[in-house]
Amino acid sequence: MIAVDAVLYALIGGGALLCLVRLVRGPSLLDRVVATDTLLVIIAAGLAVHAALVRDPTLVPVLVVVSLLAFVGSVSVARYVGGMLLRASTDDGRDVGLPVAAEEREGRS
Amino acid sequence: MTAFADVLAYACLVAGATLCLTAGLGLVRFPDVLSRMHAGTKPQVLGVLLVMVGAAIRLDGWANAWMLLLVAAFQLLTAPVSAHLISRVAYRRRHVRRDLLLVDELRGAEAQDDAHRGDEPGDAPPERDGAGRAGV
Repeated sequence: MIAVDAVLYALIGGGALLCLVRLVRGPSLLDRVVATDTLLVIIAAGLAVHAALVRDPTLVPVLVVVSLLAFVGSVSVARYVGGMLLRASTDDGRDVGLPVAAEEREGRS
Repeated sequence: MTAFADVLAYACLVAGATLCLTAGLGLVRFPDVLSRMHAGTKPQVLGVLLVMVGAAIRLDGWANAWMLLLVAAFQLLTAPVSAHLISRVAYRRRHVRRDLLLVDELRGAEAQDDAHRGDEPGDAPPERDGAGRAGV
């Protein structure tokens, strides 16, 4: 079964490395968000595979934390990217508030 | 019986790990955010589910099985939420390759973009409006 263990670790490590490639190369912030989300899920899967292979249940609570962290991180960064604006304030010093959604802007013009 | 359970667990683990590799390949190869997200959510649901089943077979004891089931259920609940948020933000920031879309139900009739540029701020004007004037 040692060969199967090596194949398992190689598959998960390859997936994580390809996610890292996208994380480095990703042309925009949202690509990096998707890559980070996937990378954390793959890390959780790798921890589960390790726990299953060595029959060590100590790592199981870590899985819950990692999956929670992946969700919260991707959602918060996505909200942050959605709120990024061209100008930080209007000319008379007021805060511009939330941006108009592209769909609404297209409907009005 | 234990040999059969081991073989079943190894099959589940190998299938889940293969899905993880598939997700990495899709993330590198696919052209824009929406298709990359389509590739990236595969390990998030099916791969994690298979890995959790395999680990629950290998680790004996109901406490571990329940906690792994909690992780799997949590992935099933949160994957659609984060995918919806990311895709909505990607569409609003015009981070979509419109030439690759077959159906675009959110597209307005009059305002459209010519080029795929990647990150744009939320209040950036459309590149071309209905009268054919170039935007700012």
